[in-house]
Amino acid sequence: MMNADSSPRQPYQDYFEWYSSQDRARLIAKSRDAENIFRKTGITFAVYGHADSSEKLIPFDLIPRIISGREWRKLAQGIEQRVIALNAFLDDIYHKQEIIRAGRLPRELIEKNEAFLPQMIGFKPPGGVYTHIVGTDIVRTGEDQFYVLEDNARTPSGVSYMLENRETMMQMFPELFQQNKVRPVQNYPNLLRQSLASLAPPGCTGRPRVAVLTPGIYNSAFYEHAFLADQMGVELVEGSDLRVIDGKVKMRTTRGYEAIDVLYRRVDDDFLDPLTFRPESALGIPGIMDVYRAGNITIANAPGTGICDDKAIYSYMPEIVEFYTGRKAILENVPTWRCSEPDSLKYVLEHLEELVVKEVHGSGGYGMLVGPTATRRERALFADKLRSKPGGYIAQPTLSLSTVPILVNKGVAPRHVDLRPYVLVSDKVQIIPGGLTRVALKAGSLVVNSSQGGGTKDTWVLED
Amino acid sequence: MLGRTANGLYWMFRYIERAENTARLIDAGLRMSLTRSDSRDDDWDGVLQSAGVREDYDKVHPTLSSVDAIDYLLRDKANPSSVMSCIDAARNNARMVRTALTRETWEAVNECWIELKHVLARKARSTDLPEIIETIKRRAGLIRGAFHGTMLRDDIYNFARIGTFIERADNTARILDVKYYVLLPAISQVGSSLDNMQWESILRSVSAHRSYGWVYDGEYKPSNIAHFLILNARMPRSLAFSYEKIVSNLCFLGQTYGETHAAHETASTTLTLLQNRTMEDIMDQGLHEFIEEFIVQNNRLGQEIADGYRFYQ
Repeated sequence: MMNADSSPRQPYQDYFEWYSSQDRARLIAKSRDAENIFRKTGITFAVYGHADSSEKLIPFDLIPRIISGREWRKLAQGIEQRVIALNAFLDDIYHKQEIIRAGRLPRELIEKNEAFLPQMIGFKPPGGVYTHIVGTDIVRTGEDQFYVLEDNARTPSGVSYMLENRETMMQMFPELFQQNKVRPVQNYPNLLRQSLASLAPPGCTGRPRVAVLTPGIYNSAFYEHAFLADQMGVELVEGSDLRVIDGKVKMRTTRGYEAIDVLYRRVDDDFLDPLTFRPESALGIPGIMDVYRAGNITIANAPGTGICDDKAIYSYMPEIVEFYTGRKAILENVPTWRCSEPDSLKYVLEHLEELVVKEVHGSGGYGMLVGPTATRRERALFADKLRSKPGGYIAQPTLSLSTVPILVNKGVAPRHVDLRPYVLVSDKVQIIPGGLTRVALKAGSLVVNSSQGGGTKDTWVLED
Repeated sequence: MLGRTANGLYWMFRYIERAENTARLIDAGLRMSLTRSDSRDDDWDGVLQSAGVREDYDKVHPTLSSVDAIDYLLRDKANPSSVMSCIDAARNNARMVRTALTRETWEAVNECWIELKHVLARKARSTDLPEIIETIKRRAGLIRGAFHGTMLRDDIYNFARIGTFIERADNTARILDVKYYVLLPAISQVGSSLDNMQWESILRSVSAHRSYGWVYDGEYKPSNIAHFLILNARMPRSLAFSYEKIVSNLCFLGQTYGETHAAHETASTTLTLLQNRTMEDIMDQGLHEFIEEFIVQNNRLGQEIADGYRFYQ
């Protein structure tokens, strides 16, 4: 947040003035208030494998992360370009596969990929939209310097935190929102509902009926599923509530079975339809894929979009963006070594102490090696894993991420952050001005995942 | 609305009602043991019976003691009707039907759960009991307030209300069933101070010892007490009051959905009966027989509602 001469950067100036006039003890007390607000609202998540601590709070830091309107505009352009490219890419790989024919992407990367669903080949989802809701993870390294860390095109989570963080800030510090022109994010649920309803399937004749599909109350993100259904004013359903009847997906209501037109599913592809995918899945709806292919339901995001989250595919994003949009990518990728390539593997093994190594299919910050902070032994063990299965990993340099201040007992201290803005795709692309800022609470740490001790902040995009 | 949601709402409110009633039963039990010089632990026998857990208690505790009984009723996880079990179940249901509740209602339930989890984390000391009972009643009151003040009067509201009153009618009937002999005319002639205390304990367990005084001029008379709890439609925990509410909520559902079920018939038959009978009629039939029949019928109604509205878990 500071310039080199330790004055606050421009977007932080007004906030910093306010902060300087505040009593620190009061702010620390407010931190506790915030925690109570989250607890009573039930904004919790479950950590798997912790029987006793079944509901946890994600720590909230009350100093907002502030982005200038100017910086945001560039960022938004880059995200829009990227999301358009992702949808074009998905349409291509499930149809003509021109990008492979053009020799820009190795065939086996698609066809041997578990996230690639042959069931989707030749099928065009309603409106031609594959990934309706995208959360692009971004890091900032300096003025106007943004890198995309990953594209979450499958089922990005965390948007409820974006909304609740703002709600909590407005409740605790209303004066801040009078002094600063912060662009609102609260209409996200409405936009989401409109966006989903606008992509109703051809078989829907009346007003489209939307529902959110959750794995149930024991899922780690159940709060978010309930929150979104509630805010949109739509039904929250589980697989066992649904049944395929007369070629439609219907839910069991107090008046009998009623059809659903658009399903915002927060259940993974594998579990969606036991007749098509995992036969033992109890979370899905037997036969829903047939209904989908017959044009009688919209599934958002479409099955098979998860391939975009693959980190090997990610390493080709600059080519993908250029191939489908005809322009150079506005947002840069983090330079990535594909360990499947012998030269890269050699380089990675020689420079492990400088690199972050990630599993190609991993997520949530698990199964990765942060070279600079790992012990010699951890690096040696990881090197063995790399040699035995090089195709399973990519490596990236550790960027000198910009930091933002967080509130600590002694005042403020810098911590690394990333940013996940949320994007809605229908016949247009809408980017919500804000997003989820995740912050590594441990000094020096680069891992921001909530499952690994990360926290969140309110994210302000200023109007200027 | 999903049949699962309707079921969740119905049970969420049954459990909240049950938690509050259990707290009240403990309160009455405590009061009884305080006012009595020869306080005996088997006073709790009646309390456990009224709560419907007498036999299950024996499976966990070899002997009857006030300390064990209170703990069993307040916080034993092995007792599905303990206050903590009820609040756990109510909150789980609330989480499941979260989208059907207003934010205020959900938060009231969640905060109730948070506070009681803390308060009931370990065995209560007897000095803390009055405050604990107070906390339970206050939290239940806050849920009720949030619910009434903010919920749309639609089918969601109706299922929640039906759950509340089926449970309440059951609880009141069960208290009467355990204590019916105290209210029989033959015994009432004794008029000892023990009887006075028993009667007061009944009224206290339905939070009605003050209102009884207003309605019946303060004189404890068994037939009046029975009348108050069974037939007086102005008494919010009486059988008649509960059934008025059940019938009116079922009527709304019938209008909204454009169809009626067996439950509508059963509920209005029972209500008519409660409206047209006198205490003498009931005493002639036999108070005990009347109550037993009522409890069976109330259970059947619950089942008919679940069938008619396609409840499932």
